[in-house]
Amino acid sequence: MRLEHPLPTDPRARFARTAAALVEEDLSVALVYAEISGQYFGDVEARHPDRVVNVGIREQLLVNVGAGLALSGMRPIVHTFGSFLVERAFEQVKLGFNHQDVGGVLVGSGGSFDVASGGRTHQAPGDVTLVDTLPGWTVHVPGHADEVESALRQAVAGDGRDYLRVVSQQNATAFPVRPGHFQVVRRGAGATVVAVGPMLDPVLEAVAGLDVTVLYANVVRPFDGRTLRAVLASPEVVLVEPYLAGTSSRLVSDVLSDVPHRLLALGVRSEELRRYGSPRQHIAAHGLDAAGIRASVGRFLVGREGGLAS
Amino acid sequence: MTTLTMLKTEAPPPGATYDDLPRLMSLMTGDEKHSAAATSTLDVLWVLYDRVLRVDPTTADDPSRDRFYLSKGHGPMAYYATLVAKGFFPEDWLADWASYESPLGHHPDRVLVPGVEISSGSLGHGFPLALGTALGLRAQGVASRVVVLVGDAELDEGSNHEAVEVAGSLGLDNLTVVIVDNASSTHNRPGVIAGRFGHEGWVTRVVDGRDHDALEAALTEPHDGRPLVVVAEVEAK
Repeated sequence: MRLEHPLPTDPRARFARTAAALVEEDLSVALVYAEISGQYFGDVEARHPDRVVNVGIREQLLVNVGAGLALSGMRPIVHTFGSFLVERAFEQVKLGFNHQDVGGVLVGSGGSFDVASGGRTHQAPGDVTLVDTLPGWTVHVPGHADEVESALRQAVAGDGRDYLRVVSQQNATAFPVRPGHFQVVRRGAGATVVAVGPMLDPVLEAVAGLDVTVLYANVVRPFDGRTLRAVLASPEVVLVEPYLAGTSSRLVSDVLSDVPHRLLALGVRSEELRRYGSPRQHIAAHGLDAAGIRASVGRFLVGREGGLAS
Repeated sequence: MTTLTMLKTEAPPPGATYDDLPRLMSLMTGDEKHSAAATSTLDVLWVLYDRVLRVDPTTADDPSRDRFYLSKGHGPMAYYATLVAKGFFPEDWLADWASYESPLGHHPDRVLVPGVEISSGSLGHGFPLALGTALGLRAQGVASRVVVLVGDAELDEGSNHEAVEVAGSLGLDNLTVVIVDNASSTHNRPGVIAGRFGHEGWVTRVVDGRDHDALEAALTEPHDGRPLVVVAEVEAK
């Protein structure tokens, strides 16, 4: 496909551009969506109406059509907002993909607070927790538009079950996407901070001057416990996730089951905020901006080696 | 992905016929609460596998086979009996069905049972899955059909109505829905099913669900450009 325009820097636009390119490149790829993001898909849908299908506002059908395509031997990309893809149609994910034992690539946009002004109906901080109730999903949380493209291309090239969480917040720099591998961003003598997806930049700003290790995870399932153990300088872990706080806590506990340790799990709080405004304001309200993370990490590490002075 | 690990199936019972089905079904005991559901589908299933579908144990993995999706997964005795009669798996699997060691449950699992195309049991999933498969086959240029069996009460599930509208709009003529209507839906008046599908652009045929020739004709007479629904009426539950 000839690229007439520069690559989009917005993660969701980049997803759409990549999905369209994959439909052009690979006859086994089908794209199913439910109105959402239709503004990006007009051209590719006109060119490939058999493999690009808008089912309308019908999310139960959306997910099972994806699974039915997989049953026919195709590789489906299934997309809408995460709230409607994973939450509304959860049983379709469970039975259409897991129980039928077929693969597919689910791409949820919006995340926890992209649609801050839309309120709770369009926010899905529980999406990764829900996917976690099902075995065998690779969960991608890209923190940069380039990572969105890389994750989608890798997921579509495979035959497993992949969930991509595409959100507007992103880091300044992209890292490689390697399922099962966390990236060591910096090393220190104290605690280890695991920054997931778009949480990396605020984490790096928050821990400036602290003697801590920072790991970056743009694929959280599988969870790279091996690297976490390998870099652990002191038995203290901070998780910073852009969805429900504590989503990955059990995995840290599993990895460190034989090590007395302390864990601080930061993320979106489960109480409804009942505020509108901007994503930036919601990020701050959940304590996930640099100032909020620094305050939480500071309390966690008071008096500890590598931490703040008490 | 998991693959079937079952042993190769044995040859079909020589000359198994429709008349063998009651005996085969009688081997399965313990799910009597679903016996009405099991017998309501008996004739439709037999006609499909005996006269309509291009699939047998030798083509069960052929990409160009016809697909049959049993959406109404409860009461699968008639389905298992038909698959045995057609040689998909051995008769001696039936006796201890739903035991811990058996691949045959009270709801069928495609991963465990040769010839079973979808795992069903929760209502309202098979029809949307069939729609997706029909789209996939059409996109790949495979000229086979997808037939999905749905119960009249299963149509209570709203997910089916999402599929009725979209299949009609897309003109998916490789998709056939068979509604086995034993008047078991709460809140639905008798006789409205065909009208609903027709309203959404489907070819509709209403037949006696016990009449094999009528079922065969309804399932095989040409219908171009639109999906087909066959409402097979049987005695009320």
